[in-house]
Amino acid sequence: MNIYAYILRRLLYVIPVILGVCAIIFLIFNVVAPDPALIILGKHATVEQIVEIREQLGLNRSMWLQYFDIVKSAFTFDFGRSWSTKQEIIQMIKAGAIPSATLSFPAFFISTVLGISIALMVAFYRGSVFDKITVVGCVTLMSVSSLAYILFGQWFFAYKLGWFEISGYDYGFPYFIPYILLPAIIWVMLSVGPDVRFYRTIMLDEIYQDYIRTARAKGLSETVILFKHVLKNAMIPIITYVVIQIPFLILGALLLESFFSIPGLGSITLNAINSSDFPVIRAMTVLSAVAYIIFSVITDVLYTLVDPRVRLS
Amino acid sequence: MSTNVESKSLWRHAFEQLCRDKLALTSLIIVAVYSIVAILVAMGFLASDWEQSVGPSYNPPSADHPFGLDIFGMSVWAKTLKGTEVAMSVGLVTSLISITIGVTLGALAGYFGGKIDEAIVWFYTTFTSIPYIMLVVAIAFILGKGLMTVYLALGLTSWVSLCRLIRGEVMRHKDREYVQAAGAIGGGDMRKLFVHILPNVLHIVIINFSLSFQTAIKSEVILSYLGLGVQGRPSWGIMIDDAKLELARGVWWQLAAATLAMLIVVLAFNILGDALRDALDPKLKGK
Repeated sequence: MNIYAYILRRLLYVIPVILGVCAIIFLIFNVVAPDPALIILGKHATVEQIVEIREQLGLNRSMWLQYFDIVKSAFTFDFGRSWSTKQEIIQMIKAGAIPSATLSFPAFFISTVLGISIALMVAFYRGSVFDKITVVGCVTLMSVSSLAYILFGQWFFAYKLGWFEISGYDYGFPYFIPYILLPAIIWVMLSVGPDVRFYRTIMLDEIYQDYIRTARAKGLSETVILFKHVLKNAMIPIITYVVIQIPFLILGALLLESFFSIPGLGSITLNAINSSDFPVIRAMTVLSAVAYIIFSVITDVLYTLVDPRVRLS
Repeated sequence: MSTNVESKSLWRHAFEQLCRDKLALTSLIIVAVYSIVAILVAMGFLASDWEQSVGPSYNPPSADHPFGLDIFGMSVWAKTLKGTEVAMSVGLVTSLISITIGVTLGALAGYFGGKIDEAIVWFYTTFTSIPYIMLVVAIAFILGKGLMTVYLALGLTSWVSLCRLIRGEVMRHKDREYVQAAGAIGGGDMRKLFVHILPNVLHIVIINFSLSFQTAIKSEVILSYLGLGVQGRPSWGIMIDDAKLELARGVWWQLAAATLAMLIVVLAFNILGDALRDALDPKLKGK
């Protein structure tokens, strides 16, 4: 297939997926979820109140119009207002994006670089005791509950030892750093296990290929093989893995943000969940789904451009 | 070559390899012990007195109660045992739900291809676009709180990766000779798919089972934190969640007990999953 035709087809596939995502969101919040009027007003609402609030929320309009609203919001990002704070949701998202980004991007960057470096070392010493200890260590790190990391870290390192801020956030460049240090460290602890395991598998997959045997046969050193051949070829799955995680960064730090009182998108989402604030939950769902769809297209297109084998199939 | 030497089946091979691997064997025994504990608790032979107050509030670990007491003076040890029942049942039911959906959809998509495949791929692409946590919360919203919600919320959201794998594997198998032979002697589509192809992709299901089991145990904690977990009985998630108020008072034993109980079984499942993959996936053999 022609590469442009493939990319165009991939881009067009976004439309049915977005329509599908909106349909699921619509089904959940507008069809099967409990009546929002009752959630807002509580159990002792009068009929007039319910009628009024339903009118106000636009719940009396036809199902098609309500569905169309969700689809529209996926493109315009006009999500309406929050039920609990009455703020415009897009403003809340803009305000929350900065604290979230200051935590998630450095943490994500560090854990990715750390993961790849450890995996390279492990691949170099594959089969050795160091390799085995690292693998078992990663699995052990992964087996502890994420909540336990957060609770223990916050209590021991911030509260008992006083090394870090217990919670809170300050805007502006150097000021936020003390507040994101501990959450970022916990983030790295949480993701380094699965990351190293994944990157190690990728690299070992390459190491056992025939072209590596050829490279070794013609006398190249193990370092050259590792950095020039293995890493280069392993880069394709690595990039895919990294890029596809980016959309999850939006909600990624849900628990961390909430425990360390960082006023980011994760906190906004959790608060909305706790107060049954449907428009905010819906907005965050639409937003992260759209981000995921965009990034998966980017991954696929990158893949096609980098790896000619994909185009053939 | 003598004809009466029977060649070992894949399963026999895998089992023998598993038994040689000390770490994997230990993991298997740990999983078995946890399962037995869970069954004994469910039948009321163990930890049936978890609701009883056996001492002062927040009594630290002592000889009588090695894991200390909680706010109501209940034994943390008994609660941890009781939590084993919840954890193992969540792992089992969730995995069964996700395997049923994943295998059925994956097999249908892979075998029939065409429009059915397109529809199923579209469905799971759509499904994975929505963040996992949002789907879980939404399902919990609809069903209310409780154990059933935990089962369904985790089971209905964790089938996609298995579905993808099964689809690919079935696609690879459907034109092989043995399937053609099954068709030639009169086997219909369903017979070919479920009687002939599925047993050959079963190893993927088993590897996936041990992974989805431990993921479910870990996810139960998150649901408990969100207030959507089990109600009126202890679970490891609720015990860990309780610790957020206890730690500041120096009460660490409930967090420690639940985390440790969970760590051991999740670690065992992880190691078992890896060992199973090594044993059952011939492509990786010898690496």
